[in-house]
Amino acid sequence: MTRYVSEFRDPAIARRLCAEIKFLVTAPWVIMEVCGGQTHAIVRSGIDQALPPQVRLVHGPGCPVCVTPIEVIDQAIAIARRPETILCSFGDMLRVPGSHQDLITARAQGGDLRIVYSPLEALQIARENPGQQVVFLAIGFETTAPGNAMAVSLAAREGLDNFSLLVCHVLVPPAMRALLGAPDNRVQGYLAAGHVCTVTGLADYEAISRDYRVPIVVTGLEPNDILEGLVMVLRQLEAGEHRVENQYQRSVRPAGNPLAWGMVEKVFAVRDQKWRGIGLLPASGLGLREEFAAFDAARKFEVAAITPEESPLCISGLVLQGIKRPDECPAFGAGCRPEHPLGATMVSSEGACAAYFHYQRL
Amino acid sequence: MDDGPDNKNPALTGGLACPLPFTRREQVLLAHGAGGRLSAELIGALILPRFANPALTRLHDQAILTLPPGRLAFSTDTYVVDPLIFPGGDIGELAINGTVNDVAMSGARPLFLSLGLVLEEGLPFATLERILDSMERAAREAGVQVVTGDTKVVPRGKCDKLFINTSGVGVVPEGLELDASRIRSGDVVIVSGTVGDHGLAVLTCRERLSFISQIRSDTAALYNLVAVMLAASSRIRVLRDPTRGGVATSLNEFAASSRLGIVVEEDSLPVAPAVRGACEALGLDPLTVANEGKLLAVVAREDAEPLLAAIKGHPLGREARIIGQVVDEHPGLVALRTGLGVKRLLEMPVAEQLPRIC
Ligand code: SF4
Repeated sequence: MTRYVSEFRDPAIARRLCAEIKFLVTAPWVIMEVCGGQTHAIVRSGIDQALPPQVRLVHGPGCPVCVTPIEVIDQAIAIARRPETILCSFGDMLRVPGSHQDLITARAQGGDLRIVYSPLEALQIARENPGQQVVFLAIGFETTAPGNAMAVSLAAREGLDNFSLLVCHVLVPPAMRALLGAPDNRVQGYLAAGHVCTVTGLADYEAISRDYRVPIVVTGLEPNDILEGLVMVLRQLEAGEHRVENQYQRSVRPAGNPLAWGMVEKVFAVRDQKWRGIGLLPASGLGLREEFAAFDAARKFEVAAITPEESPLCISGLVLQGIKRPDECPAFGAGCRPEHPLGATMVSSEGACAAYFHYQRL
Repeated sequence: MDDGPDNKNPALTGGLACPLPFTRREQVLLAHGAGGRLSAELIGALILPRFANPALTRLHDQAILTLPPGRLAFSTDTYVVDPLIFPGGDIGELAINGTVNDVAMSGARPLFLSLGLVLEEGLPFATLERILDSMERAAREAGVQVVTGDTKVVPRGKCDKLFINTSGVGVVPEGLELDASRIRSGDVVIVSGTVGDHGLAVLTCRERLSFISQIRSDTAALYNLVAVMLAASSRIRVLRDPTRGGVATSLNEFAASSRLGIVVEEDSLPVAPAVRGACEALGLDPLTVANEGKLLAVVAREDAEPLLAAIKGHPLGREARIIGQVVDEHPGLVALRTGLGVKRLLEMPVAEQLPRIC
């Protein structure tokens, strides 16, 4: 990892790639980076400011924390507050605002909430606490699905009846299609999320590129990955071509990781899924298959119907679709700041509002 | 040790020459803090032999000290860390070095410390002794004496194993005034070594992040380095040890107090490869992660190179670098210039950093 990191951040290479982009571009282009990690790398390293003015980057919906519906946060809070439960979550869900509070406040008020780094850690907590119900807040894109599937199949094999998942899994390609299909779409090329394709492979992306005639370059997360991905997209755009290219070859194989995805398909089935700020997208999520229903926290804990309340000021839906930039939101930096966020995009480490806030230009 | 009148009686504790036999127990009991015989045993057998000095050994309610003339630097800090023992150090070393460093950043030689221990009932004595050993070592190496102290034991669950408070005093050399308000435009910012090591060492150890190669805390007492620096330059404006909140927080404090801007060159920041990798994986910024053995210095430009050379000549400063400069633009704000030459705001971290998903 270490060796890779320095190579893909070398400023001399970055400057050369920037020069190449300037040389290449003859017309205005709008390119979306799908993944929130890429958004952060772009804003943090200043790629958006180093690009020629004709190249406009818009930020995509690729932040799993941001698109997790507010109801799921509310449900998680309700579960965490029950005396018999231990709720396990990735760290960056903790400050995401629910309708009335966030998970970190629920913890301060006595809920047993633990930060874990993988679902297998949550599984271990379940093994060690047979008297408690352990619930893992299983959110994420295709990248985290294999781990969650693995945890469920292990729990099933071991007959653990005190482990379950509160599932909110979203799939990237349906969202990419939805954005391209929108009447006001401006996106002409995609930097696709390299980490996601590592798991799934490229087949869905080939289809999108064909159907919508857009160049898609599967791109890594480091600044120089992104610059190289941009060079590849812009070459296609300038040449009037559209195909899938793989910038992130050190990690992505065309077929993905069939073993990992096979595990996902064994445990999960595709379902319609609501995205926070965007709405219901058909076949854009994963739910536990019927035979694993016993591990579905949403069924296990009859969480009373909660009426979710979004902040009326927050335009994170538009931000997530690349229609508005975070700094175009009237609340940005004023009513909405990381210490009192109105939307998830302001607190997630992959959220676009957080990126703009933390890495403001000077 | 302020545990009630009984155990301050030297006849009862036996003083140093003849400590009471320490009844071997595995774990700390509530009675060890109750001021009776067990308290006296704990102090006589575990504390006094390690930190012996005339002021402490009197075991009065107060230490009576003779200080050299000059202005007093006085600092206190409370140490809570999970886990107590981590790669590169433990809470005891931190509690000594941290307060020593806070005093030393004024340019004062740290002289005396107080030591308050809050023990959780059930804490293994083996752990306590190991931590006291490293406190003894750290105090000896830093040249400070522990002259007064207090021990309390709280019921299980009322604290997390062991909390330590230390306060320290030192005397500031005549005529020396290190203060962020003395920073001038054109000054240079130096960091004494790699940043982010301590915070990542504790985090990766606590969360058992086995996919991250081991990172060691940088905990160290910095006064000797400070002394070398003060001898090398009379134009040091301010010193600070960037602990909680990291380098980003200290630099923002400098910018706010001086009402000047600071520009940091991202490429010149020393970050150990393992720390860089861990930060990338966890979505953390090494500039906002705690250090326990590093200092930031702002110095007049003409003294920057000689001061840097002096720091690099000290074992704790080998990786020192010039990382930025003070400017008139954007007063009160810190900018980071990235490898692409773009300047962006480097702000104070908001709250505890929460490692990210995937
Ligand atoms: S700045 Fe805050 S309120 Fe505005 S879109 Fe972002 S998260 Fe929502």
